[in-house]
Amino acid sequence: MSNLRWKVITILSVLVLFFGLGVYPIMASRYHLPAPGWLMDKQLKLGLDLKGGVHLVLRVETDDALRLVTEQEMERLRDELKTRNIPVVNMDAPDAVHFKVDGVPPAQDAAFRTAANEVQANFDRGSGINGSYTFTMKPNIQVNLRDEAVVQARQTIERRVNELGVAEPSIAQQGADQILVQLPGVTEVERAKGIIGSPGLLELKIVEGSPSPSKEALMVNGQLPQGMDIVPGAGGAGDTSTVYYLVKKVAAVTGQDLRNARASVDENNRPAVSFTLSNEGGRKFGKVSGENIGRQLAIILDGRVQSAPVLESKINTEGRITGSFTPEEVQNLSLILRSGALPAKLDYLEEQTIGPSLGADSIRSGVTASVVGLLMVTVFMLIYYKLSGVNAVVALLFNLVILLGLMAYVGAVMTLPGIAGFVLTMGIGVDSNVLIFERIKEELEAQRGVRASINAGFSRVFWTLVDTHISALISAAFLFQFGTGPIRGFAVTLFFGLASNLFTSLFVSKTLYDAALSGRHQVATLSI
Amino acid sequence: MHIFRNANFDFLRYRWHAIALSWIIIIAGAVTLWTKGIPLGIEFAGGTAVIVEFNQPTAVQQVRSALDKSFPGGGENLVVQTYGDPAKRQMMIRVPHVGAEKGGSLSQTKQQVVDALTKGGVGGFTEKATQIVGPAVGEELRSKGLAATVLSLIGILIYLAFRFQFSFGVGAVVATIHDLLITLAFLAFFRFDMSLNVIAAILTMTGYSTNDTIVIFDRIRENLRGMRRDSMDHIINASVNQTLSRTIITAGTALLTALALFLFGGEVLHGFAFTMMVGIITGTYSSIFIAAATVSFWKGSAPTRAGAHAPATAAAASQQPQRKQKPQRKARAS
Repeated sequence: MSNLRWKVITILSVLVLFFGLGVYPIMASRYHLPAPGWLMDKQLKLGLDLKGGVHLVLRVETDDALRLVTEQEMERLRDELKTRNIPVVNMDAPDAVHFKVDGVPPAQDAAFRTAANEVQANFDRGSGINGSYTFTMKPNIQVNLRDEAVVQARQTIERRVNELGVAEPSIAQQGADQILVQLPGVTEVERAKGIIGSPGLLELKIVEGSPSPSKEALMVNGQLPQGMDIVPGAGGAGDTSTVYYLVKKVAAVTGQDLRNARASVDENNRPAVSFTLSNEGGRKFGKVSGENIGRQLAIILDGRVQSAPVLESKINTEGRITGSFTPEEVQNLSLILRSGALPAKLDYLEEQTIGPSLGADSIRSGVTASVVGLLMVTVFMLIYYKLSGVNAVVALLFNLVILLGLMAYVGAVMTLPGIAGFVLTMGIGVDSNVLIFERIKEELEAQRGVRASINAGFSRVFWTLVDTHISALISAAFLFQFGTGPIRGFAVTLFFGLASNLFTSLFVSKTLYDAALSGRHQVATLSI
Repeated sequence: MHIFRNANFDFLRYRWHAIALSWIIIIAGAVTLWTKGIPLGIEFAGGTAVIVEFNQPTAVQQVRSALDKSFPGGGENLVVQTYGDPAKRQMMIRVPHVGAEKGGSLSQTKQQVVDALTKGGVGGFTEKATQIVGPAVGEELRSKGLAATVLSLIGILIYLAFRFQFSFGVGAVVATIHDLLITLAFLAFFRFDMSLNVIAAILTMTGYSTNDTIVIFDRIRENLRGMRRDSMDHIINASVNQTLSRTIITAGTALLTALALFLFGGEVLHGFAFTMMVGIITGTYSSIFIAAATVSFWKGSAPTRAGAHAPATAAAASQQPQRKQKPQRKARAS
């Protein structure tokens, strides 16, 4: 008897625990009951398909990050060669991970190799044939840089989303180079997309030649001067025609040296973005601006010159970006600059918006279907199995409570397919009870006593239940492995549903029978 | 209450009829798929889908002609259909392509749809939801979906081969593949889009069908130990009959919940619930007619003592009923 008491105590404490975790917070938020904050935080969360919001899948173009490093290293080598007076004909980076040096004079081959050794720790140098060398980025460096780029992009997106003020956003890496962004409740899709995907790359560069209306005029013999770049931009205040600027490839100061950026106005009261550089950036900028008084400074944002004011004095930490901005653009731009630049371009692979009313519709239909489905199963079980049906229904309710609690505990997200999985788990879950009851009936027909029949019914189907549940768990595991978003929610529901079903059908149902028959010496009939 | 009291149907006698029926359905499904193709959901095919709600009752035809007139390149590739309850005046417009993946203009096509509707003069509307899937995602999901289905089948085969004899594993997997093909055939007949939800339903259905099969196999295994003098076919028939009530009741409750989802679950779960319903029915049918018959083919119908090789289960070993413990005689064939 004390054995039975312990079983009942175990079951009741499991029930209370999961009820508190899963069901109570839902009731509390609905009927404004008191509940501790940590419990409410654990509450079962609704997926985007039920709550409404924006779902984005982005791919980080990690090649960009590699290309940047390759070009930087190439420029470093160029400077190194210049200081050592080694003339080369041409330096060029054909793709993201290679750069080529042509025309190293045979006499200075050894000197070139020494210079290259100093700079190129991250690159493998090919054997020089006729003074041509190809440098290839080391594979492990490539992998590291790619990983870093994705992590950096994720962090930048996180900062931007936080600045946007979205409640409970979810930003996660997916696969090697994809980032999944979920913004519940956001409806301004285009603004959110613009802010998340904008490169936000700020570069300050000294203009090397006077601006020109055509690219060709800035070239020397039809070629870009070594180490230089041509950047398009607006001609000046109110001028919409495109003008080209010749600037150094490597920037004097970039957005990385930024400490803050905020919306402001320029001297003509037009919207502008004011920025403050960090101490380190200020030192660099002070040096460059001091050396170049009287020359133009190009303020380049995402590969376009926004303005090119003439430097009138040495500037240390304060600067301003002017151009033809609207007040809203200035707000967005300062937000983007504050959160830092993306290390690489982002591609949008998938985009989904769910209006809040559609989500509410989904909840309504999901709940209706669940209630109807469960009621039908309950009624059937009660009619067919009579009092034993009550046992099955109690087991079903336990299953429901435990499943809700488990899902809340692991922080699972409830999606519409998740709700479907929920109902199906219940509908298929009564199978365990059916299996046991049918077996008990068979044993009763073989003229065995009620207690013996019940015991035999449970013990005989034990391995059947283990087999069926394990094979279903195998399917659920693969579903989880393959699924994204809503489908994962479905697989999680299925998985926990199977686990709690084993507990309720084998342990709870058996204990219910034991409790019902305890204290009765002669049991002649069983209502089944 | 009993559905079947002492059921004693000769299921194996009808196995050829069953197999013929299954083949007819599967071949018809294959022909349908061959001629019409699999309608892929937007997650797999890629493309743009916009769900709009009109302020006034609007006919699909009106929306079509507005798109024909104003959508760039005409509207013949576009699918326009009522979404959910017609009283809600919601419609889904699906375009097979998207804007460029690069450069953040993925939603360009969606904008074109919205613009075309505005210009086409179909009255006021609001965008309720959009889904834009680029080709890269669709490609990835297609291969992952196939891999998940195949891997889970292999996983089940291995588990069953480990728990039962190999022939049982084959039987269960043959039955599951059968269910998969029948379900695909019905999806083809009724032109349901192959969506992520449908794949989820197919995998769930695989689990359900295997469950059903395992219950019967478990009984065969148990009876193999007790009924050694009987022929394999007799044992299989007896096992199917003994578990028949359970098979039908479980299918019934599962079907009730799937039906509730189909009727009340809304547009999103339509394909899912349909797949589940077909899966439950064919899963039950195949456990009775296909799975057991496969074991019979594989092992032959001769009397067998093979049951002695099955792993002894705790339950069966300790609690053999009286009538099954008669002194063992040599099987007739040996």
